Amino acid sequence: MKVFVGIDLGSTTTKAVILDEEERVIGRGITNSRSNYDVACAVVREEAFVRARFTMIERGLRTPRPHVIQDLERNFRLHQHLEQLDRLREAMLMLAARRGTPASIINGICDEMAIRARKHFAPGATRKSDFFRDLAAADYMSLAEAIREVSFESLCAIYDAAILAVENLTLDRAFERHIGSALQETEDGESLKEAVGAACNAELVESGSVGTGYGRQRLPFPKEQIRSEILCHGLGAHAMFPGTRTVLDIGGQDTKAIQLDPNGIVTSFQMNDRCAAGCGRYLGYIADEMNLGLHELGPLANESRHRVKINSTCTVFAGAELRDRLALGQKREDILAGLHRAIILRAMSLLARSGGISDEFTFTGGVARNSAAVGALRDLIAENYGARTINISHESIYTGALGAALFATRSAVRGNA
Amino acid sequence: MACTESECVADCVRRAETLAFADPPPHSIGYMPIYVPRELIHAAGLLPAGLYGGGDRLEIIRGDAYFQSYICRIPRSTIELALSGHLDRLDGMLFPSICDVIRNLSGMWQMLFPDRYVRYIDVPQNFDPAVGGRFWRHELETLRRDMERIAGRPIDDEALRNSIAVYNENRAAIRELYAQRSRAPWRFPLSEAYLVLRAGNSVPPEEHTALIRDYIRGAENDLSRREMDQSRVVLAGMFCEQPPHGLLVTLERAGCAVVDDDLFLGMRWIQGDIPLDGDPLQNLVDAYLTASATTASRYSPEGHRAKWLLESYRRNEAEGVIFCAPSFCDPALLEQPMLVAALDRAGIPHTEFKYSEDTGQFAVIREQAGTFSDSIRLWSAS
Amino acid sequence: MKENSMLLQKQLLADHFDALARARDEGKKVVYTFVPGNLNELVRSFDLLPVLPEINALQSGMRKLSGGYITEAEKSGHSEDVCTYVKCDIGMLRKGNIGPTGKPLPKPDLLLLSYTGCFTFMKWFELLREEYDCPVAMLHVPYQSEGRIEPHQREYIVQQLRSEIIPKLEQVSGREFDIEKLRSMLRLSSKAEDDLVWVLESAKNTPSPIDAFFAGVYYLGPIFSAFRGTEDAVQYYRTLRGEIEERIANKEGPITPDGPMKGERYRLVVEGPPNWTSFRDFWKMFYEEDAVVVASTYTKVGGLYDQGFRHDPDHPLETLADYALGCYTNLSLPARVDLLARYIRDYRADGFLVNSVKSCNSFSVGQLLMLRQLEERTGVPGAFIESDLVDPRYFSAANIKNRIESYLQMLDQKRGAA
Repeated sequence: MKVFVGIDLGSTTTKAVILDEEERVIGRGITNSRSNYDVACAVVREEAFVRARFTMIERGLRTPRPHVIQDLERNFRLHQHLEQLDRLREAMLMLAARRGTPASIINGICDEMAIRARKHFAPGATRKSDFFRDLAAADYMSLAEAIREVSFESLCAIYDAAILAVENLTLDRAFERHIGSALQETEDGESLKEAVGAACNAELVESGSVGTGYGRQRLPFPKEQIRSEILCHGLGAHAMFPGTRTVLDIGGQDTKAIQLDPNGIVTSFQMNDRCAAGCGRYLGYIADEMNLGLHELGPLANESRHRVKINSTCTVFAGAELRDRLALGQKREDILAGLHRAIILRAMSLLARSGGISDEFTFTGGVARNSAAVGALRDLIAENYGARTINISHESIYTGALGAALFATRSAVRGNA
Repeated sequence: MACTESECVADCVRRAETLAFADPPPHSIGYMPIYVPRELIHAAGLLPAGLYGGGDRLEIIRGDAYFQSYICRIPRSTIELALSGHLDRLDGMLFPSICDVIRNLSGMWQMLFPDRYVRYIDVPQNFDPAVGGRFWRHELETLRRDMERIAGRPIDDEALRNSIAVYNENRAAIRELYAQRSRAPWRFPLSEAYLVLRAGNSVPPEEHTALIRDYIRGAENDLSRREMDQSRVVLAGMFCEQPPHGLLVTLERAGCAVVDDDLFLGMRWIQGDIPLDGDPLQNLVDAYLTASATTASRYSPEGHRAKWLLESYRRNEAEGVIFCAPSFCDPALLEQPMLVAALDRAGIPHTEFKYSEDTGQFAVIREQAGTFSDSIRLWSAS
Repeated sequence: MKENSMLLQKQLLADHFDALARARDEGKKVVYTFVPGNLNELVRSFDLLPVLPEINALQSGMRKLSGGYITEAEKSGHSEDVCTYVKCDIGMLRKGNIGPTGKPLPKPDLLLLSYTGCFTFMKWFELLREEYDCPVAMLHVPYQSEGRIEPHQREYIVQQLRSEIIPKLEQVSGREFDIEKLRSMLRLSSKAEDDLVWVLESAKNTPSPIDAFFAGVYYLGPIFSAFRGTEDAVQYYRTLRGEIEERIANKEGPITPDGPMKGERYRLVVEGPPNWTSFRDFWKMFYEEDAVVVASTYTKVGGLYDQGFRHDPDHPLETLADYALGCYTNLSLPARVDLLARYIRDYRADGFLVNSVKSCNSFSVGQLLMLRQLEERTGVPGAFIESDLVDPRYFSAANIKNRIESYLQMLDQKRGAA
């Protein structure tokens, strides 16, 4: 069958979406953008194709068996994880040998990491992150801390060098290599066997691909297959919520306000100026300064009863201003409430510049997951524009990649015509 | 009544504060800093309302959408005030030639509010009576006709003469306040005097004059006020976008007694009284040509600005100069190096910092002003 | 491949800077002045040599020297917030005042401060006066706030010319004002202006034979600066016109630094000055996407000739007044919007782009509102980018390229939808 791929190479994460000919999403992938964009692109594409094969399995079943498939996928992920772990072990052993660190120590840690990995992927377990590097790092660090013979610093150095090398390896044909063992370990796996076989043998013909995102110039695509993230974001938001006329995206490095026509075509857009004040990165600084996790900021700000008025969202002064205010006795939640409002006020200016807020309004990007930011946005929209339908998707991180994949589909259709 | 002088002063300052940040009342003509001939507006029975930005209390929701990040704050808050209906009662807006920002703001007003009266007041930079004087007279004649039209009544010479007299009184009261402050700044702290002056932007001049006089009398007789160990400084750079009130308080707490400044310069732009006899319009023109104050927005032939600053320093027996200019303020920041050089040549201590009308944090300024005040006290003691 | 007109212009500039370098020795007097509304014919009629600090600053930008000059000025107490042309000039002065051709510039004998469409000019020459301690002649040009030139504004300027400017020029040059000489120069100006307008309007052709912004700034060089009113300028524009006539006959597009443009996919109008420090890179972002600028407002800062103005030898002082009053940055915002709307229509533009520069409030304040109003009036979408004139810190190539590309793709998509 024909499939179409969209890749969004962002400043922090790279995303891929695969569509079938009916423009239905059949696979998605996400990974951290590394220094090597080609690898990030290859990794995320492979992941999306794996997910596409799982969709094929679902489609190949006469009676739906969501729980069995879930189990299968969990086992599959475990095998992928273990494979990565083996590579990590190899790389670390090589580095350890060069530095004179005993292999037994590395092997000891890695053995324990494998045991923990099985726990991470046990039925019903929750994982803090789906990225190998995050899970592995947490396990490794906690295990390395307990080692006495070798300093923690030198163990960290080995890990840091090794993970870079491992991340830059691409693992192709992952589905074919792991699905067999995953199936064996899956309870009731027999019921899927036929569908899995069909999914394995199905030919997924990549009939078009489009790249987008801030790093799009560096994607291994010819120029005609590159689209600006503004266009992709617009079309992606339109696909998710067809009534969308205005889109706000607040990402790590930039903020975009986009106006759409009823077909998802961009009619106007505005982006923040060279100053990154008020973008997601700013919240990152604040979280660091307050010693909080990024996801904790919103809930804390929601506890505020007396919001402080904050005039500047300048990242350069964020730390100093925060310390000053805390020293004055202002409460953390009140300051945070003020900060969230200040960020949204900046976004409101961009929205106004782009042409205001029409119904419906779709909010995307990392900051759309922050409840305090969403709350401030709802208030300000109600105060200044009146009632608006506000859409926020849990999958908004894929908006750009989805738009890119849609462009891939459409240009293929045009190309055939 | 059992009212102590200090309670009277407190009451007066409270009243001033309420008036200082009041919305312009009906039948007013708004004007931006620095100088407009308010007499012409007053003579038409309209109230000249000085608009000095939104201060640090106004939340800017719409105003930022119109300006890039490198533009000062005052146009944002002024647009915000207008778009949020605070200026709906104005019968018109005047934009004097201060700088390119305010100049273009006049055009934005024309586009945003096409049904409202807007005029750019092109204050001449040529002071020759036959040249700049003639041009200015023409501008004032136009303004007079416009005010007549808006007020629906003619401005006769007698009414104009009367208005000139009213403003002569007002300027005299302000001069008196500055003289008193220079003599005893601890008795008339700037943080109070500022509010008393600012109140004049939203009340009739007669009322404002009375308020100033009340304040002077009250503070003069307030025995609870004691001389303080402060350094006497001249402030420069605050002629347009206003410092937040907290900044003035911070300066005083940091040990600076402000003995002169360029706040609300338009209220005392004409130095001395304007004659009442003869053609009153010509008297306004002549006063502008011969008795204008000096500021960064006015062309300064042969280093007049530096001369003015040195003169103020000496006349007020100051010990130092603080340049306190709004961020992105072209006139103030472009002329600063020239003034700094003149002070350096004269061996006068100075320090510089920037603010914006919504500056919320004064820790750095407190530190810098405190250090400056301490150092000049040490310096003058040695 | 250099065209004759380019070589000619190069020679003109080289000769002028040579003459400036020799000025002291030859006893020639030098007048510093500004581009918008300049009185070049009047200055030249006294046999005085003009120096234009703005041109020096932009040349420093193109030669990648401005960054160092600006730092130099900021070190000596100039605020990071203010105009970088001024700081570039002050920094260049501190570093020996070497002009764009590598030869030293003479000190001014007079600062002719024509305060036209830019408040900063006034402070700029106040600053230079501190450095040079020489006389200043101030010409206050009122603002066209009501969208037209008022008779009393014209009269005000003529009176200033008579009572302030001409006497000071007489004093510095030691010559008497010669109105006939001025008339004959104005006649030459008007001749060159006819050809210039023809050149600018050639962009109405499809494909346009010129880029009216990036190449436009070169075309405007002679007439905006020291050469208006000379035979040299007349010859330059005649030659340029000939070259463009040939390009039209051959259906050729504009010449870029990478050779002739092949296709013409987007016709754009540009509001605002260019960035000089990355001028070539900036231009490339357009021509590599086959985007050509068919009209621009920056090329009108030295006069709106295409709207009918010509220097008029029959009314020499009045014509200088009208010229000064009529420069683009002296227009009201509504008048600027009108002009841009006309350009978008008359040049059949697909889009328009605002380059908003940090240094120039005269241009920049209100551009966001202008953008919205233009979109509403013309139905043509606009793009907004930010940079600076000569401060390399304010040119973010990746950011600007991203916006231009996004914008052009948006135009494509809209075209596809239509």
